[in-house]
Amino acid sequence: MSRALRGGRGLLAALLLPVLLVAAWWVLTADSTSFYLPPLHDVFARFPEVWTPERIRLDVVPSVLRLGAGYALALVIGVSLGVAIGSARRLRAFVEPVLEFLRAVPPTVLVPVFMLFAGLGDTMKVLVIVSGAVWPILLNTIEGVRAVDGTLSETCRCYGIHGPARLRHLVIRSASPQIVAGMRQALSVAIILMVISELFAAEDGIGYLLIQFQRGFAIADMWTAIIVLGLLGIALAMLMRLFEWRTLRWYRGLREAQRGRS
Amino acid sequence: MTTTSQDTTGGRRAGAETLLEVRGLRKVYDGRVEAVRDLTFAVSRGEFVCVVGPSGAGKTTLLKCIAGLLPPTSGDVVLEGSPVAGPPPGMAVVFQEYGRSLFPWMTVRQNVELPLKQKRLPRDRRQELVDEALAAVSLADVPGSYPWQLSGGMQQRVAIARAVAYEPHILLMDEPFAAVDAQTRADLEDLMRSLWHRMGVTTVFVTHDIDEAVYLGQRVLVLSSSPTVVLDDVAIDLPVERDQLTTRSSARFAELRAHVFEQVRRAKRERGR
Amino acid sequence: MTKAPELSSAQRGPAAVDAGSGPGSVARRLLRGNVAAGVLGFAAFLVLLEVVPRTGVVSPDYLPPFSRIAGALGDLVREGGFWTAVGDTLRSWFLGLLIAVALGIVAGFVIGTVPVLREFTASTIEFLRPIPSVALIPLAVLVFGLSMKSTLLLVVYASFWQVLIQVLYGVADVDPVARDTARSFGLGRWARTVHVTWPTALPYVFTGIRLAAAVALILAITAELVIGIPGLGAEIGVAQQSGAVPRMYALVVVTGIFGVIVNVGFRAAERRLLSWHASVRGEVPV
Repeated sequence: MSRALRGGRGLLAALLLPVLLVAAWWVLTADSTSFYLPPLHDVFARFPEVWTPERIRLDVVPSVLRLGAGYALALVIGVSLGVAIGSARRLRAFVEPVLEFLRAVPPTVLVPVFMLFAGLGDTMKVLVIVSGAVWPILLNTIEGVRAVDGTLSETCRCYGIHGPARLRHLVIRSASPQIVAGMRQALSVAIILMVISELFAAEDGIGYLLIQFQRGFAIADMWTAIIVLGLLGIALAMLMRLFEWRTLRWYRGLREAQRGRS
Repeated sequence: MTTTSQDTTGGRRAGAETLLEVRGLRKVYDGRVEAVRDLTFAVSRGEFVCVVGPSGAGKTTLLKCIAGLLPPTSGDVVLEGSPVAGPPPGMAVVFQEYGRSLFPWMTVRQNVELPLKQKRLPRDRRQELVDEALAAVSLADVPGSYPWQLSGGMQQRVAIARAVAYEPHILLMDEPFAAVDAQTRADLEDLMRSLWHRMGVTTVFVTHDIDEAVYLGQRVLVLSSSPTVVLDDVAIDLPVERDQLTTRSSARFAELRAHVFEQVRRAKRERGR
Repeated sequence: MTKAPELSSAQRGPAAVDAGSGPGSVARRLLRGNVAAGVLGFAAFLVLLEVVPRTGVVSPDYLPPFSRIAGALGDLVREGGFWTAVGDTLRSWFLGLLIAVALGIVAGFVIGTVPVLREFTASTIEFLRPIPSVALIPLAVLVFGLSMKSTLLLVVYASFWQVLIQVLYGVADVDPVARDTARSFGLGRWARTVHVTWPTALPYVFTGIRLAAAVALILAITAELVIGIPGLGAEIGVAQQSGAVPRMYALVVVTGIFGVIVNVGFRAAERRLLSWHASVRGEVPV
């Protein structure tokens, strides 16, 4: 098959089912009188009414900013702690059971706890996001740092590569596949916590809007909010993929080479 | 029957400057396993010394102690007059597992350049050294490739280029060609000889392959099985210009090879293997 | 033939399970040392939890000392209502997990073994997967109200993806040589699925179940907390609203304990059940 044909087929494969599903949704609900499932046409019609630029500024932006802040903080804490713990065997053994317990607590359950400390504002929401998103990053970083190759490590010692240089060139790069896997899991957790923290106790945000619409029985509006959240999740997942694709190019190549050789 | 190190001056060139001295090296693991009992020998500047012995003879232990990667239980390693406490500057090591000693996230050029950056050399000088080294190992056309895109033999060349670009005072090689196929091994052996000719780097080459040791070295140190001591120090008086075909089929090669082989076999027998 | 270079664990891929210590007394001593260090670490954590609120660094109103939490925990355990809540949570967790696993395995095998399906559903899966399940909470409330069905909707939706993704990877991991061998012996599609695909995919299935179990627990408790469906999550919500802080923390600890049991338990079961499986498989990062 020629490259153009193959590309065309790929595009078709990517779009066919989603388009079909949306079309089916449209058609099947067209005459819907169900309370919970309004015609998709109506939902789409509500979009420009509900998601005005003002609304976006007042609700979407704060949500995304909180998400970003929480995620960034979780990344910094997770990687730095992870490197520290992963490099010191004693420390790791010391800390492992505690971490194992703390990470098993469902992060949503900490929302009431954080409400005690931090009230209802942005701090609380960011804290909630951090408290959940940090775990996949931290644990994966520990795992990745732990598994740094011994021969590579000795090579660094021989050539006098120590300290910050070693951290940069050896440790973090070597652990990057694991770290990025953790970052991906952390992203889903962060989005969930962002929504939860806004469902619970908030004055603005996409989650806040979602629950407001539901309480006010503005069903079509509620569906638009669900769709917006879905789109947000998809967009961020794609960004994550792009990031991963670029930073782990070497890793993909390495694995393929090994698979080819065995 | 315990053995102590024999007199090891047999192979050394008279009047040469001593670069590396190993005195009474002893290494005991976990307080129980005596891997190396007593190793004493010296290496002159510019020499190519091969270390050979049965498997389990502590060859890698010896190399790691010389490299400062492993602290000896007792004894000294003295490099250029200073005792070795950790990996000393001016030393380069080539490991057997080439796949694991090269950084897979760096290109060939970046791999070779990294130790030079560590040495704080200016960019031009680094460029020069890297280009020279890659040309010397015949890899001038793949600087932008990643190690995993290359064959095993080429990867080991990259490791060698990295060692050579570093301009070390002493080069340690730990069975570098053991994981490579026979034809590639022959090429790499010749590469080592030619590099040594051109750059005159003092080289300590550990191998289990007796033929290789005799082919490459000016001296061959024969180690016993553990607890390891130096059994013999054989001077290799083959011509300086060596060739896979002619040298290996020469009578003198066969004699030397047989001599070393006999030593190694005796060592295995004495251990009761 | 070039000998394949040894793979470091980093190059093999993220490992699903720490395989534990190797043979020999050195490894055993290391393990004992690690266990001792771990116990010490946990004890230190508890001590900190006791001391910090008492010294006023953090107000004991927000973070009661460990002893008070332990006391509340003791009270909890004696309450009938607590155990009812536990039962409710576990029931929705288990049921949701069961449904999600069944759906995920079936869907995964069907999609995975038919290349056309795989190709055409890939994008849909990628689109649907990142949709946060919690976005469906208001919908669930509308449709199912405060019944367990709401919880189930959320649990199944979230857990299904974990299983599906892992099964897809498992089916894709089938060694083409094995498959061709089977085909050359005249094994039909069904027989091939049973004898070649299933054993290869089995470790991935277990990984998927383990991941799904953890997610299911989180979603079940979350649904209870946010919606108010009876269960541990609801108890936490009630405790928070009524200001019973030590009780709230005690309940959080209980959820943590359940989380640990699920994580550790499934990992151990996986190891035991798959001890025969000589594979260098790694947990595919989801």
